[in-house]
Parts: sequence; structure tokens; C-alpha cells
Amino acid sequence: MSDTETTKPAAGGADAAGAAAAAEPDEARDARELAAAERMSTAAAEDLYSGGVRRSAEDGASGTDGEAGADGARAAESAASARPDGEAGEAGAGDSAPVGLGVIGWLRWLWRQLTSMRVALVLLFLLSLAAIPGSLIPQTSANANNVTAFLAKHGTLGPIYQKLGLFHVYSSPWFAAVYILLFVSLAGCIVPRCWQFVKVLRSQPPAAPRHLVRLPVYATWRTATAAEEVLEAAHGLLRRRRFRVGRGTGAAAGSLSSERGYLREVGNLLFHVSLFGLLIAFAVGKLYGGQGDVVVIQGQGFTNTLTQYDDFTPSSFYGAGNLDDFGFTLDSFHATYQTSGPQQGSPTSFVANVHYWKGSDSSKTTAGKIQVNKPLKIGGSNVYLTNHGYAPIVTVKDAKGNVAFSGPTACLQQDSDWTSTCAIKVPDYVGKDGKSTQLGFSGLFGPTMVVDAVRGPHSVFPGLDDPALFLTGYEGDLGIDSGLPQSVYELDTTHMKQFTATDGSPAKQMLTPGKSWTLPNGAGTLTFDGVDQWAQFTVAHNPGTEWALLSAVLAILGLIGSLFVQRRRVWVRALPGPDGTTVVELAGLGRSESARIAEELASFALALQDTAPAEPEPEPSAADDATATATAATAADAEPGAAADAEAPSDSEPGAPAVSGSGPVPSADHPVKE
Amino acid sequence: MALALAGSQNLAQISNYLIYSAMAVYLLAFLAYCVEWTFGGRSRVARQSAALTAKPGGTLAAAVAVAESEAAEKAVPAARPTVSVAMKTAGGGTAVLTRTAVAKAGAVDVVSRGDAEPPKDGVGAAGGSERADMLGRIAVSLTVLAALLQLGGVVSRGVSAGRPPWGNLYEFTCALTLIAALVYVGALFAGKPVRWLGLPLTTGILLGLGLAVSVLYTSSEQLVPALHSYWLWIHVSAAMVSGGALYAGAIATILYLLKDHYEVKLGRGTAKDSWWSSVCERLPASATLDKFAYRINAFIFPLWTFAIIAGAIWAEYAWGHYWEWDPTETWAFITWVGYACYLHARATAGWKGRKAAYLCLIAFAAFITNSYIVSIFINGKHSYAGV
Repeated sequence: MSDTETTKPAAGGADAAGAAAAAEPDEARDARELAAAERMSTAAAEDLYSGGVRRSAEDGASGTDGEAGADGARAAESAASARPDGEAGEAGAGDSAPVGLGVIGWLRWLWRQLTSMRVALVLLFLLSLAAIPGSLIPQTSANANNVTAFLAKHGTLGPIYQKLGLFHVYSSPWFAAVYILLFVSLAGCIVPRCWQFVKVLRSQPPAAPRHLVRLPVYATWRTATAAEEVLEAAHGLLRRRRFRVGRGTGAAAGSLSSERGYLREVGNLLFHVSLFGLLIAFAVGKLYGGQGDVVVIQGQGFTNTLTQYDDFTPSSFYGAGNLDDFGFTLDSFHATYQTSGPQQGSPTSFVANVHYWKGSDSSKTTAGKIQVNKPLKIGGSNVYLTNHGYAPIVTVKDAKGNVAFSGPTACLQQDSDWTSTCAIKVPDYVGKDGKSTQLGFSGLFGPTMVVDAVRGPHSVFPGLDDPALFLTGYEGDLGIDSGLPQSVYELDTTHMKQFTATDGSPAKQMLTPGKSWTLPNGAGTLTFDGVDQWAQFTVAHNPGTEWALLSAVLAILGLIGSLFVQRRRVWVRALPGPDGTTVVELAGLGRSESARIAEELASFALALQDTAPAEPEPEPSAADDATATATAATAADAEPGAAADAEAPSDSEPGAPAVSGSGPVPSADHPVKE
Repeated sequence: MALALAGSQNLAQISNYLIYSAMAVYLLAFLAYCVEWTFGGRSRVARQSAALTAKPGGTLAAAVAVAESEAAEKAVPAARPTVSVAMKTAGGGTAVLTRTAVAKAGAVDVVSRGDAEPPKDGVGAAGGSERADMLGRIAVSLTVLAALLQLGGVVSRGVSAGRPPWGNLYEFTCALTLIAALVYVGALFAGKPVRWLGLPLTTGILLGLGLAVSVLYTSSEQLVPALHSYWLWIHVSAAMVSGGALYAGAIATILYLLKDHYEVKLGRGTAKDSWWSSVCERLPASATLDKFAYRINAFIFPLWTFAIIAGAIWAEYAWGHYWEWDPTETWAFITWVGYACYLHARATAGWKGRKAAYLCLIAFAAFITNSYIVSIFINGKHSYAGV
């Protein structure tokens, strides 16, 4: 098996050599005609090279450089039969640049390399390799907290990753370089190929070569019907089978050439062009789209402005000023869970009931429901329900009995039963001594709380059956005035002192709704009033999704066309034979060697029997019998007339026909064994 | 309500038992295939036929004469015209198709020249030995039985949970291996000579099911609300069918590489007369295997593309963006690009054959990584493994 790209030229060279060995000048001409038949206006189309292709004379050298087209069969034949000109050079990809190319020459060479199949393969491979780190290393776009945690944990590796841009792989320059190169290469291949395909469509299918017998599938017989009638019947039959038929003229008079399966190329082009559509849609989405997350507690509202978001990811052309005008109020959030059975505790539905308004008039509201998998479309934005939880309502009173804080605080769930961690921050608190200070309470909340010796307090059911709050308190500086961002779900106690009980241990308290906690040292009271629910929404502005969908659908359609449709050609020749009968020859050529071509030709030949029935052979052969048998056409290297006999004995040299036939027929399916 | 739940619990139990039984029967089928290969290897007929078919010569005249006389014997009445079409085959040989002009498709005799046509499925695992062939048939029957048991297991699991039976990695694995088995059985019933696929297929299914019931098992549960969508039918089933088919393609590719390696050694004359040579001889030709693998991969590639796109559409509804480079999305993309590489390689000179086969295996490795490593060990939005 060959591993180099010189296979095809070598094979072609062998073929030409074999042909030459037959020592007939006809052979070279036949090979060239064959080549012309194969390559005329099509092989170039199947050539993935760009306009830099050395498009020499039609019967000449392989501009294909051995890498032609998406289908090796065609490339094989064109290359195999294109050698007579002696252009037995290596494949273009291996072209050693001679001295003195000049700048333009070098640029052309570079361009040819870039648009070659081999480089496309390499780039594709690189693309998949480049995508791998993004799945293994935490990405800023997915979860910024993970990135900070990683940096904190890995002192040496972290900064290296950061320098290499590994925390945002998919927006990094080196990843962009790979896919941009790939798309440039693709553009350089596809655009010329489109033009060439248009040319193919505008011209006739290639004329029939002189020796149809050399084609992979061949049939012949004699008939009494006149040649013209045969050709007309064949023409009609081919048209009915949806072939595009052309009549041969001049040297190819008395023959028909036909081709079918253009949808393959159409599909191929459609697929690759729709990749561009996908890329553009994706870019538009990234450049003009943005999203933000917001936690809204039951009963509260949200207006689509920057300050109300918990986090907001803008893009190059979408920022705070582009946000759509709308807002909504979260009326209620309902979650239902399985209450019994083996799936007890599994959530079965999450529904957020909202009232929303568009524009700046908040009185004209519409009711809406947001569920998982069912976002709400408001104007140009989509609102998705992404999370939910509980927000216990507490009231904190200071030593003098003034209310320092009252309201719900969202707690973040830690497990599937919604055991949640809470951080209640009381920023405006006046201490016993009259000085302003701050309080913080951290602890656990559970909607159905139990305490056990092993796990401590935890929830056993996500529904609100028996809520309880376990808290401990701190006094000091919360750090929220420092200018550094903090998580709302965590308490930073570096500058705080924990409340201690009378025995010196940290003060803790369990509270059920309605209960109060008298804080140590007369610091005040904390009352657990009740529980609200909160829901987290993602408000996303996603332009270009429809284009992406359309491109994707077209891509799939194109794929189906390019993989399933077979492109093939059928030639028919009907010429008066020496004894007055007409010799009919059929030949077929497909991109890949498949039995279907033979089957198709056989059924076509059968259909033609109606107009041009086969006559029995004048000389009975060993294989003949009583039935009117059209002869077995073989790989015999004989004139069409002679091949019409069942002169199978001419095959008694098994070696020669195989070699001096149209050469080994490598195809996309079969590796060329060298 | 309690009864219904008890019923569903019962069904889940039944599903487990059915899966275990299926595994047991697959094991028996696996053993039967092994024995078939073993007995077939020792068969004199296998060796003789291998020698015969490897012999060059045998004129086309004789072959055509034989074929045509057979065709004449086959109750073809007189005066019915036949047409023969010559077709060149890969090794430079010639095949002759004879088609009889009858209204319904007549007999088609394909006569091949006897050179460089490697032993095909006619020889197969059984190698012509009667005993081995019987064991082969037993193995196929066992495979069919196991596939049916597994089908029952998967369906009852779905009924017990009241949803499509592919909501977590355990169920996904069971269903994927089931599809691979059903496709194999279907191909056999359609008359395709794919019995050689039996041994690697049952091996893979056993491994997959073993992994599923031991490591991946979770009890039959409801899905989290994020998965409550009709897209579950579309996206996951497309991914499953693609996975099963890509698995078959990967098996064929591996066998192709082995057979090709063997054929090269044969060509050089360095092939040893070992049990491995005997196995390789009985496999289909490397060209057949290559074509088979290519056809499967090319056929299923659009479906895999569709699975990714369906996933993206679903992601748009569920998470807000159709493409967020979530680890599972990324690896699905990598798998897709890998198979795109493979398809391009098959059309590039110098990359067909072995190199393309390696690319196919790399792409399949990416698929396995995506399904089993990324979804279990890497946490992302797509972590529905349930493990």
C-alpha cells in the first residue's frame, strides 16, 4: 500500500508504460482520450485546488497533483491517464520550490499549500486537538469561580495557563488562528469549485472515448436495428432515467454521453458553504449577543438594566446601553417534588409565574410563565429559568430594639434536598456602645431539616415541610465596603469576630419560623419570620440563532447529498458493423466502484433490448447455448467488434488484459496496493 | 397510586433481571462464536478452500462457461435474452453480471475470476466445517435471544420510569448496545454476510453491559426537569443510534487493519501458519472490510451531525445558548471533526487505507471519551450521567 502522494502519478506512469509497452501509438492516444473524457470539465471541478492549479492542456498533465477531489476514483483515473505528457512530477504538495520563484511565486505556492487537502486534514486535526484543553481546564466563560479556585490552588501552573490563554481557549488567538486558517483554506477550495461546477453544468457531458471497452463496466452486442434508431432509443431511455444526455459530434459521432448525480456535487458545495453560514451566525451571536444572570426573590421585580444584574457578560457590540426595555415581577415560584415512592424527593416541575412589561411603562403587564426548557421571549431577549432556592426572611434588631435589617436572603442549595448555605449580612447596625458596625450570620437552612449525629443538620426533602435555620453570628467588618466583589452566598469573616456563648464556645442557634434568637452580650435579637423562594433567571440576547439553524439544516441536507448520491456516466455507441448489423456498446463509469453501476448498466442494456434486441453470435462459442445470448464482454483488449464475440479464449492470458486495460481502478473504497 | 408505584418498582426489577439474563446469553453467544472460530480454523476444508481461492489462473472462459451453464440449468426458459455486463473488480479481475430479461428480476450470476479474490464470507468463521458452522448458527440464535431479552429490559425500564429509557448513562449504554445488536441481527436476517462481526460485537456488548450494571447503575428514577422535553427522544436517540453504528464501523476498521497487515505479510511471503493466520484468512477481504467500514461511517455521519445540532437546539431552550463549549459539547464537536477528517482522508491521495483507518479509530476514541469519561468525570452543564 502506498503511503505517499506519488502513488497516482506512479500508477499512471505504470499505466502509460504498460500502454507504451504494447508498442502502439494508438494506446497513448487512447489513454489521452480516456483522460480527456474523464477530465474534461469535470476532473478540474473535482480538484480541490484553487485557481493556482496548473491547468495545462486538456489532454495534458495532471493539475490535480494527485490530490484531486473528494472522490479518489475520478482523481485516480485522471491522474492515471494524464501521465502521457510526462509530467511525472510529485504531487504539488511536495513541490520543492526552485530558486527564484519570486514573491508572487512563493505566495502562489503558499496558497496552493493552504488550499490542499493534506493541509485541510492537518488543520482539522489541529482544530480537534485545540478544542481539548477547553474541556479539561476550567473556563472563565463557563464558571469564573472555578477559574479563581484553580488559580488559588495551582500556584505555578495557574499563571502559565493564564499566559497561554488556556482559561478562555475558545476566544483565544491561537484557537482562532486554527479555525480561521481552516475557513480560508475552505474558501480557497470551494469558490473555484463552484465556478467549475457551473461550467460543468453548462457544457455537455464528456464525449465517449474511443475504446469504451477500457471502462470499468462495459457491455456490447450486435443488433439488426439501425444505428440511429438505437441511439434515439438509448437517448430516450437515458432521459427517462434522469441522465443528462449529449450527442457526440465529429470524432465522437454515433455516440451518446450522459451523466447523472450532480446532486452529489451540489450537496458537497452546499454543505461547505453552509459551514460559512454557521461561522457567520456564530460570530454574530458572539459579537452582538450578551447575557446576564439575576436572582429574583418572590414578590420582587427586575428591570432590564445593568445595575440589577448579578452578573452580566457583554460582548463587543452589546453592552449596557443595548439592553432591551422590559421588566418583570416574580409573582411566585412553584416547585413540585415526588412525595413518596422510590423517587421521593425528585423534582418534577419548576414553574415561575411572572408579570412582565415591555418598554418603560410598567403598568401594562402581561402574565407569563417561565419553566425549564420553556423560556419566555420578551422583545429581543429570552428569559430562562436556571435555578431556584429558598430565602429565609429574618429581622435583626439592635440592642435598642431598632430594626437593623429585615428581609429575605437568598440561600444557595448544596444538595438535591436543598440543604442550603446562608449568609445574612447586616451592614447597618449600631452596637450597644452606639458605634456603627456590621453583623453577619452564616449557617444552614433546610426546607425539611433534621439533625443527625453523623451528618449534622441537613435537609431530607426539597419541599418546604419543616424548615429550620441553623445560624452562627459575627460582628465586625463585612468587607462589602472595600470595593472588592464578594459572593452573596458567603460570609468573609477575616475582619469579624464570632459571637461566643457564655461558656466560650461559638454561639449557635437553631430557629424555626416564628422563633427568635437573643444575641449574646445583649447585641440584639434575630427573628426568623418565614421563608420565601427565589428563582434565578438568565436573560440572554441571542441574535443570529435562526441563521445558525438554517445553516445547520442546509449543512445536513448537503451532507446527505454528498454522501449518498452517486455520480456516474454512461456512454452509448452504435456504429454499423462490418456485416451490416449495428454494434452497440455501452460503458459506464462511476466515482466509486460499486456493483450498482454494473447493475444500472445491465438494466439499461436490458431495457434497450426492446428496440435493439441482441442477435446471436455468428460463431458459436463454448459458452453459447440455445438462448439468444448477448456476449460476455470482458476485459479483453480488443476492438469493439471483436469483443462482441464471446471470444473468451482471448482472455487466456490472464495477465495482460488486466494490466493493459484501463489500469487498476482505485477508488475511494479501495486502497491502491502497490 | 401505591399499586402503580409498586408496579413500577416491579418493572424496574424485571428490567434488571432481563438485562442480567441478556448478559448471560450474550456470554454464551460469545463463547459459541469463539468455538466456531476455533473449530473453523482447524478445518481442512478451510485450508483447502483458502489455498484454492488464492490460486491465480482459472480462465474466465471456464468461469463464464460454468456460470452460463448454471444459469441455463436454472429453469430459464428458452428464447429469453440475457445480457452480460463485464465489471472490473479491485484486484484487476473481472466479474460478469448476467441478467435475464424477465419481468421480475431474473437470475443474476456473478462470476469472478479466480485471482486475488481473497476468501470471502463463504469461508467465514466456520471455515467450511460443519461442526463450526452449527456452532455459528447457535451463536447467532443466542445473539438474537440476548438481543430480545435486552430489548425487554430496556423497554420495561422505560415503562417503569414513564419516560424514554435513556435518561442517564446506565440506560444510555444499555440502549446503545441494544441498537448495535439489533442492527447486527437485522443485517443477518437481510441476508448480509456479516457473521464475522458477531464475535467483536458480542465482546463489546458484554463489556458495555458489564460496565453499565456494575459501575453506572442507578435505580429507575424520574428525570430532572431540565430533561423533560421531547428533545430527549430526538437528540439522545440520534446520538445512541450513531454511537451503535460508529461502534460497528470501528470494529470493521480494526479488523480491516488486522487483515491488511496480514495480507501485506502474505504478499511478502512472511505469513506464518499460526492460529492467527487462520483467523485472518477467514475474515472478509481487507477491501471488503474497508468498504464496509466506510459505508457505515459515511452513512451515519449525517445522523451524528443531526444529533449535535438537535442537542444545540435543545441547549438553546434549556440553557440559553446553543453552543457554550460545555465539555460534552466540545467532545462531540471533536468527534465530529475527527470523522470529518476521516472522510476527507479517504478522498486524499496517500491517506486512504491505513491512515484513514487510524483516523477513524481516533475519532471513535473521542466518541468513547465523550460518552464515558467526560460525562462522568468532568462537571459541566451536560452532566446527566447520574453516576
